Amino acid sequence: MRLSSKATTLLILAAVIAIAPVFFPSSYYFRVGSLIFVNGLAVTGLVILIGYAGQISLGHAGFAGIGAYACALAPVHLGLHPALAAVLGAALSAAIAFLVGRPILRLKGYYLAVASLGFGILVSMVLSNEAQLTGGPDGMAVPELGLRAVLKAIGIDLSNTEFWYAFSGLVLVIGAWLALNLYHSPTGRALRALHGSEVAARTVGVDVAHYKLVAFVLSAVYASVSGSLLALQNKFITPDVAGFMHSIEMVTMAVLGGAGSMLGAILGAAILTTLPQVLTVFQEYEQLMLGLVMMLVMIFMREGLLPSIARRIRGRAE
Amino acid sequence: MSLLQIEGLGIDFGGVRAVNDVGFSLKPGEIVSVIGPNGAGKTTLFNMISGVYAPARGRVALDGEDVTRMPPHQLARRGLSRTFQNLQIFQSMSVLENAVAGHHLHERGSVFADLFSLPAARRRSRASEESARALLDRVGLGRAAEQEAGSLSYGALKRLEIARALALKPRVLLLDEPAAGCNAVETEEIDHLIAKVAAEGVSILLVEHDMKMVMRISNHIVVLDHGEKIAEGEPASIARDPRVIEAYLGAQAAEAQNADG
Repeated sequence: MRLSSKATTLLILAAVIAIAPVFFPSSYYFRVGSLIFVNGLAVTGLVILIGYAGQISLGHAGFAGIGAYACALAPVHLGLHPALAAVLGAALSAAIAFLVGRPILRLKGYYLAVASLGFGILVSMVLSNEAQLTGGPDGMAVPELGLRAVLKAIGIDLSNTEFWYAFSGLVLVIGAWLALNLYHSPTGRALRALHGSEVAARTVGVDVAHYKLVAFVLSAVYASVSGSLLALQNKFITPDVAGFMHSIEMVTMAVLGGAGSMLGAILGAAILTTLPQVLTVFQEYEQLMLGLVMMLVMIFMREGLLPSIARRIRGRAE
Repeated sequence: MSLLQIEGLGIDFGGVRAVNDVGFSLKPGEIVSVIGPNGAGKTTLFNMISGVYAPARGRVALDGEDVTRMPPHQLARRGLSRTFQNLQIFQSMSVLENAVAGHHLHERGSVFADLFSLPAARRRSRASEESARALLDRVGLGRAAEQEAGSLSYGALKRLEIARALALKPRVLLLDEPAAGCNAVETEEIDHLIAKVAAEGVSILLVEHDMKMVMRISNHIVVLDHGEKIAEGEPASIARDPRVIEAYLGAQAAEAQNADG
C-alpha cells in the first residue's frame, strides 16, 4: 500500500493531464477531462480520510454542495468575487466538518459513516427546500469566474472547455501535491499510524480523536473546492451535487481505484466518470453493468485496481 | 522516591474480578517483572497502567502525579510507553516508518507546515528519521529499515516495537513479553538491551514467561495469581517462596494431568 515517491506520482499525473489533449478528437473530451479532474479532487481528499486515516464518510457530497452553492449565492448576496466565494465555501465546510466531526470522532466504530450520511442528506434537503434562496430542485445560475477573460487579455486565448480542462487539471495537481506532502509528514504518519493500530498510535502519543478530525476537515475542504469548480464551470448548479448518490460515487471512485494510492484513486475517478458514457451501449442494463464491474473489482482486487495490478506486476518481476 | 506508584489497582469483567488490589512501585532505572500463570491478569494490569483500560479501583501515580484513567496519549506525553503481547505494528508502513512514527511527540507541528512541506516540517521529519535509524541499529534491525514491516519475523517485530517505544525517550517502559517467539540468541540480545536501557535510568516493567531471563535481569519481582498479588521481592527470595512454587507447580500439575487425560 505504499505510495511511489512523491515526485513520480506528481510527474505522471501532470504528464497525463498535459499530453492527453493531443489525442482528443473533439472539444467534448476537454469537458469529460475537466469533470474527471473535479471528481479526482474530491477523491484526493477522500484518500486522506479513507486511505491515510482509515475512516469512512458517506456524506462528503454535502461539502461539495456547500462549495457549489457558496459560488452561486455569495456573489449575489454578499457581492463577493466567485473565487473568494469558493474560499468562503471551503472555510465554511471546514468549520462545519469540525463541528460535526468533533463529537463523533471521539467514538470508535462506524459512527462517522452514519453521522456523515445524515449530514449529507440534511444539506441536500436544505438546498432543495429553501427554494427562495437556492431555486429549489430546479437549481440556480452561477456567475462567471472571469479568469478566462483575464488570460485572453494577456494573449492566452482558450475556449471555455479548454480553459476548464487546464484550470481544474492545475487545481487537481496542486491538491495531489498537498496530499502527498501530508503523506510523508509527521501529520501523515500519525494518520497512517492510527489507521494501522489505534491502540499503538495512542501509546506513541497520537491524539487519535484530534487527528481523525484533521483528516475529516481536510477532506471536507477538498470536497468543497471540487463542488465550487463544478458550479463555476457549469455556470449552473442543482441540489444533486449534494445528493446521497454523489457521496456514494465519491467513495466508490476512491475504493475502486485504490484508496491507498493517490494515482489509483484518481484513476478510479476517471473510470467512474467515463464508464457510464461507455456503458451506454448496454442501454437499460448500464447500471447493472456498472454494479457488476464494481463487484468484480472488489472481489478480485481488494486493495483497488491500481495497487492490485502494481502488486501483481511486482510479484511477476521478483 | 518511586517513579511509578501502583496502589490497590483492580478491574472487573462481567462481575469477575480480573485484577484485584494490586500494588507495587518502580524506582528510576529499576527493572520490575510481573510473573504468574496464564490468565493471572498480567496483561490486564499492563492495560490499566498504560491507560488502555480504565481501572475500577485503585490509583496509578507517575512521578507523584495521579494519572489513573488518563488516556494513553497523555501518558505518553508524561513519559510512559509500552509494547504489546499481541503485536501492534503499523503493517502498511515500512520498518523505518514504524520507528519514525514513535517520534510523534517530538516531531508533531502545524498541519499547515506539513501540507506545504515547509522547511520546518521537513526538518522535523529528518530529525526523527535519523533518530529512528539509530534506534533500529540498536535493536539489530538497521538493515531491514526499508522493508515492509509485515515481512519481518515475529521476533524481529517484537524488537521493532521496542525501538518504537524507545523513540518516545520514555521514563517508564512497559514490555509485554518482549522475548516471546525469539530464539536463545535473540532473547539474550533483548536481555542486554533491556539492561542497557535500564542503566540509562529508564524504569522497566516487564511481563515475561522466560523465567531464566526474569531471574537474571529483574531487581524486583511481583507475582500474580488469579488477579491478586501473592508475593513480591527479590528474585532469589521469589524462587524459594512456597506460594509462588505452589501457583506454578499447581498449574504445571494440572497441565500434566490434562496431557495424561
